[in-house]
Amino acid sequence: MIYAQRSSQLLTSIPDYVKIVEVGARDGLQNEKAIIPTNVKVELIKLLVSSGLSVVEATSFVSPKWVPQLADAKDVLAAIQNVEGARFPVLTPNLKGFEAAVAAGAKEVAVFPAASESFSKANLNSSIEDNLARCHDIASAARSLSIPVRGYISCVVGCPLEGNIAPAKVAYVAKSLYEMGCSEISLGDTIGVGTPGTVISMLEAVLDVVPTDMLAVHFHDTYGQALSNILISLQMGISTVDSSVSGLGGCPYAKGATGNVATEDVVYMLNGLGVKTNVDLGKLMLAGDFICKHLGRASGSKAATALSKVTSHASKL
Amino acid sequence: MSSLEEPLGLDKLPSMNTIDRIQRFSSGSCRPRVDNLGMGNCWIEGRSCSTSNSCNEDDEEYTAETFPWKIQTRDLSQDDSFSQKSLTKGRRSMKFGMIDDSISDCQSSPKCHTKDMQGLAYKFLNSIPKFVKIVEVGPRDGLQNEKNIVPTSVKIELIHRLASTGLSVIEATSFVSPKWVPQLADAKDVMQAVHNLRGIRLPVLTPNLKGFEAAMASGAREVAIFASASESFSKSNINCSIEESLIRFRAVTRAAKQLSIPVRGYVSCVAGCPVEGPIPPSKVAYVAKELYDMGCFEISLGDTIGVGTPGTVVPMLLAVMAVVPIDKIAVHFHDTYGQSLPNILVSLQMGISTVDSSVAGLGGCPYAKGASGNVATEDVVYMLNGLGVKTNVDLGKLMLAGDFISNHLGRPSTSKTAIALNRVTSNASKISY
Repeated sequence: MIYAQRSSQLLTSIPDYVKIVEVGARDGLQNEKAIIPTNVKVELIKLLVSSGLSVVEATSFVSPKWVPQLADAKDVLAAIQNVEGARFPVLTPNLKGFEAAVAAGAKEVAVFPAASESFSKANLNSSIEDNLARCHDIASAARSLSIPVRGYISCVVGCPLEGNIAPAKVAYVAKSLYEMGCSEISLGDTIGVGTPGTVISMLEAVLDVVPTDMLAVHFHDTYGQALSNILISLQMGISTVDSSVSGLGGCPYAKGATGNVATEDVVYMLNGLGVKTNVDLGKLMLAGDFICKHLGRASGSKAATALSKVTSHASKL
Repeated sequence: MSSLEEPLGLDKLPSMNTIDRIQRFSSGSCRPRVDNLGMGNCWIEGRSCSTSNSCNEDDEEYTAETFPWKIQTRDLSQDDSFSQKSLTKGRRSMKFGMIDDSISDCQSSPKCHTKDMQGLAYKFLNSIPKFVKIVEVGPRDGLQNEKNIVPTSVKIELIHRLASTGLSVIEATSFVSPKWVPQLADAKDVMQAVHNLRGIRLPVLTPNLKGFEAAMASGAREVAIFASASESFSKSNINCSIEESLIRFRAVTRAAKQLSIPVRGYVSCVAGCPVEGPIPPSKVAYVAKELYDMGCFEISLGDTIGVGTPGTVVPMLLAVMAVVPIDKIAVHFHDTYGQSLPNILVSLQMGISTVDSSVAGLGGCPYAKGASGNVATEDVVYMLNGLGVKTNVDLGKLMLAGDFISNHLGRPSTSKTAIALNRVTSNASKISY
């Protein structure tokens, strides 16, 4: 029957295993107003690792003047040097940051160009080309030390200044990152405006120039679209997804709106799809509880909220 | 991902004149241009494709709803036709604004898929219906569990506002015993006030013949009945077995047929039951078929506790589609675990073209207190707009209806789209000229 055939196609191209890149400790926390003590960050990272997450973005070696929250990058990295079972990439926006990261023991770094010229100029104070040149320097330095480099691309669907971003632009930046030696390229819908229709056009263009298994998707849930965008990406064969425990990390462009998609919600969906992640949802929720308690806020994860309520309700039976 | 160096201050964004902003924020509409692959280029998100508004050809590249910031003229690389070319003409390697015919880079790369990928993407979108009917359940499903009684006048006003958005079906109330659902004790008054609204269908729930008769006396012209795919849930929720409930409902459908009143059938717990756990697709199909055979014109499949994921939704829909025509099936997903939009997406991919939702995400989950329930209509419309699917719903007006009821309830909307768009606009209004 045509429906059966069509329906099986909807799920069969989804990878059997998806790697989750947990960005809560960096992307999630970096915009928090109140400074979070180093020991809390370290404990969060340890709890995340214990849930089975194999990649936990630990911090960012950026000037404390711009991101005071992560001024303790060196200390955080030092404290997790001996934590086993996970990789801890750190952001390094320039060569100086890269050198500081290496000195602090970083074994993996990430760079951060944008697909939007205006956003690049406003946010990173340089054109896309200048930024890519900077990334190239970092990639060269990293290669000589055998340090893998992850390339993030921001504004892959839309930009708060320019509006729609042409898929070809994203493909151009992705190709540059690929050619300069990045081991993975994470495509970020920075303001969360993407929907499956725009995501597919963007992915099509990028998949043309970068192999599928090197791509990751980093969708923001600002308009509630993250999980459907992730689903369509999985259908397209993407097997790495960025997310943030408890949905930490708001949207800086629409104050009060949400940002990162919650790891718990992603894991819930992947579990339901029969996709292996090696992540224990219960232990992940413990990590989420921990940081939410510290922040004095409710979780941004619907799955975590529902499961907590159901459990507390069940315990009354 | 946020700024690494200097965070982008909103005061640094370029200004935009008021008229431009209002025009962009209100129902910027366009008719989707259907290219030869059948994919409208209203893929560009946020387009509100409403036939009630004229197509503003000049203002096509951005949606009012999603990009109120946009003020710069677009360059070639952002041209609509540019992205369309990239779909229809296959792969070309491109630099900014320039189309380079050479595809040698791509061919030499070992993992480049050219026609494969185009086929793949097409496969995941081409079966999505061009038009989706949204059944708005906010005034009934959304409000029925509110603790504080919402005044009749507020309910009526909400329905009027929803009616002005382009929604064609609004579930108005329920003729159930006030003892069980005190919130809807004013069903008769609400119905009498709204039943003459033109161009809108206003179904009401009627759990039994008595409710049906009361509904008819109040001017209702469409009703809905509510069976469960879970035996335990049926017993605990409506105090009878599935079979007993079906007998009850046959009485309603017989009476309705005599008066030419359409009946919608709901099936609850289609993905899971709070008591029994997972529900076999065959059970859902059985109940759906019974409802269809007794005369329901549409069957709405409800994931009552929101536990479904695309992995469970697909087999469930397959089972139902084997016994009920696809155009008679609606999906009613709860967002309790954040899964409703991916579930809706996969349902659309299977060809489903009717989706239930609730303005501002009204309606919590009664089984996980404090957890969310219905999916927010604004979020659904946002996604459908982005997919180039026509809904006739004006997102801006819908947000106004959501604001209205959220203000009354003294709670923020649970629609992420509404929150994001409200924040973006309120920030814009602080920019000085």
